[in-house]
Amino acid sequence: MKVSVAVNGAARTDEVEPRLLLVHYLRDVVGLTGTNIGCDTSSCGACTVHVDGESVKSCTMLAVQADGAEITTIEGLASGGELHPMQEAFRQHHGLQCGYCTPGMVMAATSLLAENPSPTEAEVREGLEGNLCRCTGYHNIVKAVLAAAGAGR
Amino acid sequence: MIPASFDYVRASTADEAVQRLSEAGEDAKLLAGGHSLLPLMRLRMATPSLLVDIGGMRDLSYVKDGGDSLAIGALTRHGELARNELARREAPLLAHVAGQVGDPQVRHRGTIGGSIAHGDPASDLPAACLALGASFVTASPRGEQTRSADEFFTGFLETALAPDEMLVEIRVPKSAGATWSFQKFNRRAQDWAIVGVALARNGSTRIGLVNMGATPLRATAAEDALAGGASPAEASSRAGDGLAPPSDLSASAEYRRHLARVLVRRALEEAVAG
Ligand SMILES: Cc1cc2nc3c(=O)[nH]c(=O)nc-3n(C[C@H](O)[C@H](O)[C@H](O)COP(=O)(O)OP(=O)(O)OC[C@H]3O[C@@H](n4cnc5c(N)ncnc54)[C@H](O)[C@@H]3O)c2cc1C
Ligand code: FES
Ligand code: FES
Repeated sequence: MKVSVAVNGAARTDEVEPRLLLVHYLRDVVGLTGTNIGCDTSSCGACTVHVDGESVKSCTMLAVQADGAEITTIEGLASGGELHPMQEAFRQHHGLQCGYCTPGMVMAATSLLAENPSPTEAEVREGLEGNLCRCTGYHNIVKAVLAAAGAGR
Repeated sequence: MIPASFDYVRASTADEAVQRLSEAGEDAKLLAGGHSLLPLMRLRMATPSLLVDIGGMRDLSYVKDGGDSLAIGALTRHGELARNELARREAPLLAHVAGQVGDPQVRHRGTIGGSIAHGDPASDLPAACLALGASFVTASPRGEQTRSADEFFTGFLETALAPDEMLVEIRVPKSAGATWSFQKFNRRAQDWAIVGVALARNGSTRIGLVNMGATPLRATAAEDALAGGASPAEASSRAGDGLAPPSDLSASAEYRRHLARVLVRRALEEAVAG
């Protein structure tokens, strides 16, 4: 089955098995390994990417379902050597420890701000409920997202 | 975990989709958002031979004014429904419930049609549809058919849908939820409800329950008590009557019956307080 997508702005077409999951397509076919696999059961959000601008768990979508879509992964956020404001905010506010959840967290957070540019703290916590972090206790992640929202205002 | 192999086709109209299904027989399945089906396929608890992808039918993603009722396209995603102004005004219970399903990522993919067709007793939107007296419009090679939510959920993950039938529209009477409440009890953010209660009141009261039996169902004992003039406290004490909720890792059947009584009381109090 042919699938044509734009990944981080670059159009490409690949021949894939229908059962190939989007996350395996991104990691193994496209070669972008920034997107992590955590739970493999749709729960943890480590595999979050954007499909047409919206956060999606890429372990719960077939690559063929993304045909015609624009996909953004964590590798597509920084531009011209500059971190994306959300990445910069995670760095500034220590929004990560081991970093495993971070790509998914950052992708979920940028999608959240696209829908709600000035969230309250409670809205940030709720908006990230699909993403689990075993290290930080979430506190600095929430701080980082609020800071990024402020920076973008 | 990778699903077993299957064939895959895309359909761009409901007619085309049901045609594909009827040619392929019982082993074929529709694929909408994939957020119930793909997890099952990855666990190899579902092994369809053919997936007919209807996810691209964006013309079946809509909320329209249908006179006395609100018409919602089956491919409308939970997040779209939750944010839709018309839905928030005319079917506020349904819009609210859509915003409580899973997490934002799930709401970006999952569809109301998939949620109803899956018939999971743990899911939220079917309970809301029962409370609101919604009806479901389907397409099949035999033509269009409309069924009430009350006659739709027939067994565990089983519905009245024929193997070659596709849900195309959900209709919600506008007046049904003049006052309403949704109570979703869970222990962790993002989780499915351990028990949930969707209550709609306009003259009479209808109560849909999440996770209180093999199917999405109504709290008929409590509804009857209310209709007979019982107080909220009396009526809610009947909320688990006649029901056989599951016992599982999250809760025993007895605890679920307790939760149903507490949550129905809270829902009644909230709906009365307006
Ligand atoms: C992590 C996670 C958390 C979740 N939490 C919740 C929750 O809290 N509450 C809740 O209610 N749900 C929850 N869900 C389920 C979610 O709401 C699903 O999106 C929904 O149940 C199914 O919709 P879908 O479009 O993804 O359907 P799919 O998975 O594509 O399909 C489900 C079934 O319905 C059939 N089908 C789909 N569309 C149609 C149609 N139009 N006509 C006929 N048959 C059709 C398919 O063949 C399949 O059998 C969760 C899911 C995940 C992954
Ligand atoms: S790996 Fe996709 S949600 Fe955990
Ligand atoms: S930083 Fe380790 S899981 Fe989040």
